[in-house]
Amino acid sequence: MHNKSVAELSRELESGKVSSVELTQQFLDRLKAEDGKYNSFITISEEQALAEARAADELRAAGKATAWTGVPFAHKDIFCTNGIRTTCGSKMLENFVPPYDATVTANFKAAGAVCLGKTNMDEFAMGSSNESSFYGAVTNPWGLSSGDKRVPGGSSGGSAAAVAARLVPAATGTDTGGSIRQPAALCGITGLKPTYGRVSRYGMIAFASSLDQGGPMARTAEDAALMMNVMAGYDPKDSTCIDREVPDYTATLNEPLKGLKIGLPKEYFSDQLSPAMEEQVRNAIREYEKLGATVKEVSLPNARLAIAAYYVIAPAEASANLSRFDGVRYGYRCEDPKDLMDMYTRTRAEGFGTEVKRRILVGTYALSAGYFDAYYLKAQKVRRLIQQDFINAFKEVDVLMSPVSPTPAFKQGEKNTDPVSMYLEDVFTIAINLAGIPAMSVPAGLVDGLPVGLQIIGDYFSEARLLNAAHQFQQVTDWHQREPQ
Amino acid sequence: MQWDIVIGLEIHVQLATQTKIFSGSSIAFGAEPNTQANAVDLAMPGTLPVPNEQAFRYAVMFGLATNAEIGRRSVFERKNYFYPDLPKGYQTTQLAQPIVGPGYVDIDLADGSTKRVRIHHAHLEEDAGKSLHEDYHGMTGIDLNRAGTPLIEVVTEPDMTSAEEAVAFARKLHSLVTSLGICDGDMSQGSMRFDVNISLKPKGSDTLGTRTETKNLNSFRFMEQAIAHEVERQMDILEDGGVIVQETRLYNGDRDESRSMRSKEEANDYRYFPCPDLLPVEIDDAFIEDARARLPELPDARKARFKEHYGLNDYDAGILSADARLAAFFEQTVEHGKDAKLAANWIQGEFSARLNAEEKSVAEAPITGAQLGALVTRIADNTLSSAGAKKVFEALWSGENDDVDAIIEAKGLKQVSDTGALESMVDEVLAGMPDQVAQYQQESDPKKQKKMLGGFMGPLMKASKGQGNPKLFNEILVRKLGG
Amino acid sequence: MTISRKDIEKVAVLARIKVDDEQVAALEKDLGNILDLVDQLGAADTDSVEPMAHPLDAVQRLRPDVVTETNQREAFQAIAPATEDGLYLVPRVIE
Repeated sequence: MHNKSVAELSRELESGKVSSVELTQQFLDRLKAEDGKYNSFITISEEQALAEARAADELRAAGKATAWTGVPFAHKDIFCTNGIRTTCGSKMLENFVPPYDATVTANFKAAGAVCLGKTNMDEFAMGSSNESSFYGAVTNPWGLSSGDKRVPGGSSGGSAAAVAARLVPAATGTDTGGSIRQPAALCGITGLKPTYGRVSRYGMIAFASSLDQGGPMARTAEDAALMMNVMAGYDPKDSTCIDREVPDYTATLNEPLKGLKIGLPKEYFSDQLSPAMEEQVRNAIREYEKLGATVKEVSLPNARLAIAAYYVIAPAEASANLSRFDGVRYGYRCEDPKDLMDMYTRTRAEGFGTEVKRRILVGTYALSAGYFDAYYLKAQKVRRLIQQDFINAFKEVDVLMSPVSPTPAFKQGEKNTDPVSMYLEDVFTIAINLAGIPAMSVPAGLVDGLPVGLQIIGDYFSEARLLNAAHQFQQVTDWHQREPQ
Repeated sequence: MQWDIVIGLEIHVQLATQTKIFSGSSIAFGAEPNTQANAVDLAMPGTLPVPNEQAFRYAVMFGLATNAEIGRRSVFERKNYFYPDLPKGYQTTQLAQPIVGPGYVDIDLADGSTKRVRIHHAHLEEDAGKSLHEDYHGMTGIDLNRAGTPLIEVVTEPDMTSAEEAVAFARKLHSLVTSLGICDGDMSQGSMRFDVNISLKPKGSDTLGTRTETKNLNSFRFMEQAIAHEVERQMDILEDGGVIVQETRLYNGDRDESRSMRSKEEANDYRYFPCPDLLPVEIDDAFIEDARARLPELPDARKARFKEHYGLNDYDAGILSADARLAAFFEQTVEHGKDAKLAANWIQGEFSARLNAEEKSVAEAPITGAQLGALVTRIADNTLSSAGAKKVFEALWSGENDDVDAIIEAKGLKQVSDTGALESMVDEVLAGMPDQVAQYQQESDPKKQKKMLGGFMGPLMKASKGQGNPKLFNEILVRKLGG
Repeated sequence: MTISRKDIEKVAVLARIKVDDEQVAALEKDLGNILDLVDQLGAADTDSVEPMAHPLDAVQRLRPDVVTETNQREAFQAIAPATEDGLYLVPRVIE
């Protein structure tokens, strides 16, 4: 069962061959037995999962099942889950059990899905390797056989590793600068960062509010489409969520790709990309040509500034977003504070990890008197230039294709001494968040036995087209079916 | 040296909405601590703000009433600082693009002149919670019910030059927002709070001096005292050759003292930036016209109408029109009491005195305008003497009885105005006081004669059991004695 | 662009994060490197470019003024570090 997709499990449940309780128990048993190798979960919520499974079986018996009813999955530990600990990968929230659900959480509950637990992540989603989690690094299921412990990418590394290791068929993720796509690429699974505003951010613990977006992580594009059917939609509780009709994302998966115009941004095929990676990406693009697509080179002249702009905007927003973790109303509070200042400064020094503190300090600096114009305002202007590049490109082509990451999964400990080298991991993904457009990572090959992702970037609200392009690719390739060795 | 005083005000006005500015929590006053603080108000992780339309409507109404430009596109920013009663670690407020732009208010001064005070802008923001400093084992208690209450902060230009002007402006603003119905105006509960910026400059100089800010004054009296106090403090320093430190000060009205709030000044760097959880708010013509249609009669128009329609003098019209609830009470009284001048006297006299003595607002008064109107009617038609009227008022106020005529009846306060009956009483009394009658008739000084009339009134009131109309007794006496 | 120790100490106070001398030294290097990366922004010609705060040029929706929340103090205070009589407790605040 563990090798089956969401769509397949849904059919199994529908046929009555297995109940949700049986399925859930099987997945829980396997999860508990296997996750020691990966550390991909922070919390396994067995009791609640079985209760949800029982409710799902009842719903099905009453003839009220949806595609998701009774299907197990997991949430990144950034989505608040009523009654289930939600840590965001931080010591700060080690004992935080929210009395409310994120809108995404509520949507999956309403669909009858069964949440097995909460997946590991970089602390407050700040990281590209899942090494900044207070709950320990996550190990990529790929490359273990060679004896190396490799990173799964980040920050949604727990979700990516869990899906790749077949612990769950699907998991939610969030993407602020590449946090769905890069781990999906490094773990050989399929991930989608939707258009900013397509998925509600309510109850999704904020890192950088104008960039954060939740999205699906699964093995197939079809499953990602099924997840989008649940996740996408207007939410009156999120002012930045867009009130716009949600299509059935599975309805257009089988549209032919003949005539699809693909643009290759020349800036994304630069010397930052290893030749072996480039070869895999170009092979994948050739598959698209075989499917009837045409390819041309395009330019995103300001893309090279994306990392610089991002590392002003994201830390600036984060510095304010994380001020609420002050030890007053919830979360960690230091022992025996001698006064208020001592409570604040020690609570935050002890509750936050190194990378989070670094980014809070960078953001505070960028916003402080005298630097606001030079950093924050300038970064927002560059952000518009970057957006304009994409708008121009989409006048010529339907989608853009590129690598997701410059290298395959690297070894744990390899990059976490130098923050800047870690930041460069997101060189191909970050501009997409700044522009707010959707993009996918699709398994597209192996280099030295490690997965390579193809990034498919679309215009605003073109998720259905991206999923269609990914699904058609997955009909003629089997990279997404490969299992970690 | 002679000094010019320069005063600017910042006024926080709590809006009388049903819910908070960014959440659907109630803002009703007086709830148990933290029972009106939901996930958004508590800044629980992942929660997001959604602005209240009514807060914008009220802000626009305020803008229209102060002749201001309305910000067609306003933007919320985050003002970052840590304080336990500020759950998010930043206050969501407006800075560069406020909802209300430059406007003005005209104030009336004691000498009868009018002065225009310019408003720099007014912006929407959220209130903080409350810190309770009673001793919880050496800890401070935090109540977040107030956190997220919508405020408009009104910022004036430094156009005022005396405490009198500043207080006149403050009163005018109070009158405006209560008339608009956008604020309950209850200063004792913090519904309006004043920060006063004060600086001095040598008389006639164009260069502004260094200013201080005295924060959180919540009564007109404290405001007046605090200004006097701060002006004197600055004058003493400057005349001793010292310099004024730009700082925030806290005024203690009970002791008439102020002190610096250095803790608040410490390394202030609020790092304002546009709030990424909120989008720009666009106000269109339809919204503005809707707000305009909701504008009630404003104090200036009401004052003019009171003079015109009820024949009140400028002073009475000014006082009765300023407070919307007092004005409504007055109009209700007149409606049932016919005599506007008499109604005005009673409201400014007995009625206001009792409210002040019991520290009650008009809304809390135990009597209605209709009741006071009925009382005024009975004074005007000579049913009640002024002494009797006070007894009726007392019975109404204490709740002993709520019907004026029933009280008159029960207490036997009805004046006897039957001239025939009164004449025979006068004849009887005069017959029993021949010496005094003779004395009166021999007296040539009319002033002394008038005084001597008093000597007959006592026995007359006694004879009528206190119910004779004194005015009529007087007339009859004069006629009979003179004849 | 370099960042001084004094800047780091000032920013750490603003952000209410206690840093010791050793951390300040490490931050001086790391933050310096990050700011070097960020300084690439200076190369961009942004004259007459409007700052972009949100990806979509959407405007704010406003919520009707209707009470939708009920008292959930017990649930919220169950996860609080310190409460008494319904209040959150913090070390004494001195005004």
